[in-house]
Amino acid sequence: MDALTADDMMMFINAATTSTSQREFHGGADDQRLSLDFLHDYVIGNYRDLYAAALALDINDHNAALIVRKLLETTGDATAGQRRVEGGLIARRLRTLPPQRVYDLFRALRRARVNNRRTRAIIREWVAARPDPTFDAVKYRTALKGALRHAHVAPDGELGPFLFTSGHHPRYRTPLLETWRRAHYEQASVYELPYTVAEGFAAKHGIDRATFLKRIEPRMTRLERFRLQESARRDKAAVAVDLASMPLTRLASYVLSLPVPVRVERRGELTGALRAAAVRAAGPAAGGWGRVAAVLDDSFSASGSTQKRRRPLAVALACHYLLAELAAEYVPLWTSGRADALLARPHGMTPLGERVLDALEHAPDRLLIVSDGWDNAPYGLASEVLRLWRAKLDPERRVVAVHLNPVYDAGDFDVKRLSRSVPTVGLRDAEDVPALVEFARFTEGRTGFADLRAHFDARVAKFLQEG
Amino acid sequence: MQLDLTGLTTRAAQVWGGVRLVPLTRDEPITGLRLHDRVYGDDPAIVEVGPRTHYASYIPHGFVATWTDDDTPVATYGTQLKRGAAATGPPPHGMRLRIHRRMARRVERNRLRFLPLHVAVEGYLALHFGGPEVVWEEWSQRAIRRGLSPRVEEAYSGAEVEGLADALKHFEIHPGQCGVLVYVADALAAAFVVPHPDDYRALHATLVQDMYGELIHYYATLATPAPRFDVRLPDDVASLADLRAAAAREQAEWARFHDLAMAAGLLGESYATNRVYRMGDYTLSRFLPTFRLKEENHIGELITARDGRTAYLKTFRLSEAQIRRGHLLTTLAAHDWHLPTAANALRVTEPQLGLRLQAAGFGALLREDVLARYRAG
Repeated sequence: MDALTADDMMMFINAATTSTSQREFHGGADDQRLSLDFLHDYVIGNYRDLYAAALALDINDHNAALIVRKLLETTGDATAGQRRVEGGLIARRLRTLPPQRVYDLFRALRRARVNNRRTRAIIREWVAARPDPTFDAVKYRTALKGALRHAHVAPDGELGPFLFTSGHHPRYRTPLLETWRRAHYEQASVYELPYTVAEGFAAKHGIDRATFLKRIEPRMTRLERFRLQESARRDKAAVAVDLASMPLTRLASYVLSLPVPVRVERRGELTGALRAAAVRAAGPAAGGWGRVAAVLDDSFSASGSTQKRRRPLAVALACHYLLAELAAEYVPLWTSGRADALLARPHGMTPLGERVLDALEHAPDRLLIVSDGWDNAPYGLASEVLRLWRAKLDPERRVVAVHLNPVYDAGDFDVKRLSRSVPTVGLRDAEDVPALVEFARFTEGRTGFADLRAHFDARVAKFLQEG
Repeated sequence: MQLDLTGLTTRAAQVWGGVRLVPLTRDEPITGLRLHDRVYGDDPAIVEVGPRTHYASYIPHGFVATWTDDDTPVATYGTQLKRGAAATGPPPHGMRLRIHRRMARRVERNRLRFLPLHVAVEGYLALHFGGPEVVWEEWSQRAIRRGLSPRVEEAYSGAEVEGLADALKHFEIHPGQCGVLVYVADALAAAFVVPHPDDYRALHATLVQDMYGELIHYYATLATPAPRFDVRLPDDVASLADLRAAAAREQAEWARFHDLAMAAGLLGESYATNRVYRMGDYTLSRFLPTFRLKEENHIGELITARDGRTAYLKTFRLSEAQIRRGHLLTTLAAHDWHLPTAANALRVTEPQLGLRLQAAGFGALLREDVLARYRAG
């Protein structure tokens, strides 16, 4: 029974780390959504405590929001003790989620007609804890309005009339609200609003895109700058971005979005930024992993989908730079055989088996495989190679081998495994690799359920303490 | 003649549902013959580096392009060879298409596209059968004047073959891949070989616009997922070198099994070829099977180099009804279209053969009064 629970939980954590209910290379969005939804229902029905505890782990925001929603939808099934723990976890997790995700969650709760006392209290507390309610009111006007109405909360001061009265607005005393009012007829005020709000007003006033981008630039958030760089360049309006401050995986995605000639031209700058981000992500562990051999998947399936463009490849590229920092001696092996990581592009088949053999020939201390697990040249070779290697050539498990999989496989309700003898864990961002490699021991089946339970409890305690 | 795939290596197959795609790679691409530039269109993804080394080019059957200044699209009728890659002007055997204005607008100007299916199949089979050569009295005026053309043959577009589009979409093209064998429910549906990997990359997606026989369509609809044939390695390994050797053996074993067992129906048979055109080192021919009843029969087009290597190959698997019709026609052709001797060879009486011709859809070829006499018995 315990072993089964441990298996189910590992499966759920892998799914919650990787799936976003979006299209993947193999399989559409509907498959992903249905599969993930089923898995959530299964886990909440059988292991409610562990399900809630997953909020404390490195799962992705989409699944965190889904867990919160499912917990609130089924409040009636929980005991008083469970509710207290869940309440703490939910409040803590909502504080770390980006606000737009939380507002989406509130909208979903409203649409699902979930309006129990606990839900209302959680919405009320989250809204009350927002650092700048006026800013939220302007940037997320409709969403905030819906949330307040749903939770029966009356906002303070001028926010009430701002949100709930329509038609003619009188003069406001709050500066940001006043700017918003003036932006309806005065172009200069548009540039003092948050970018997303200003964009709507720019369209209304028919402001030229290049001019708009040039003047709104100081108001953009870090991600907005990043996202708009290339389109701004087309409009000949430079949007300054600080590559040095970007997290590693996001930076890798950006690099892969650039055409190859541009990557060649900016090689120094891009490599420098990637290295710097990797050093930051590695932290004090840098250089402590000994000889590391990595098999990195740049086959055609690493191109992801239109919704997750080149995501698996971006994760592999980020892992490449991170592992180079973590290792004392590092051997990268791309499936295509390429040597220049910066020019990576998804192309060709996936001869994982051959590459694993190449990697083992370097006699590494650690073997990491970053791949979606579709080993097709030929099918099952990697699995056989790993099985025989573990059974015959390395029975004492001197080498730490982990398969990191960035893609959720809807049919299996899990990430695709390569072999029973090598643990597979779901991977979201390359930054999580050190934690995941530690976590992988639970999937090998050599630790008991008690260990897993202890790990969960420790993570929950730490998570609640931090906030 | 037999099909010769020397120089092409069979690689590990990729399976999606009931469709198995077996890639063929060339160690040395053929550079003397290339897809005509016009077929590449303005696709920026495929850029040729360095000066051109090839002087002959080919245009696949059914390819539609605007060759002239007057914007009328022209379809290739049968695969064609051309001298010089940059030579402009429409192909010598082209069909001018009159496309309805609204339809033409929906198609992007420079996209790689092929003829609508029904036009393509009719043309295809007409290419193979010319009609009676000796004017026996039984044949109608129409058969003599116009041959069997136009014949209506039925086939399904690849888009209608269940799972094929997905299989092609998820297929990971090998570097150096110059061909593919398409299996549906492990029945060989089509073979496709081109001279150069770049050509293959350009044409891979067009396999979904190709035509497939009725049989393949049925198989695809009813098929259960094809087995993946996962690799199994023997347990007696002592070193990594052993492991590598075992893996290599396994690969070779698959290639051998595929060529000898799975593709036997295509590669093991002999074909009657008809040389269409010869240019420099390359010969374009069309081939017909021997029309063995209730067996695999493929027709196709072939370009061979002087040394016998296959540069271009495209096949179509005939359905059962087509094989029966083909069998009738070849028997007739073998007996100079003389009904009594052909009937003798088929071990039926002449009226029976006449009725069989009618049942096979060739009734219009026989004179009306002759047919009436056969019916009367």
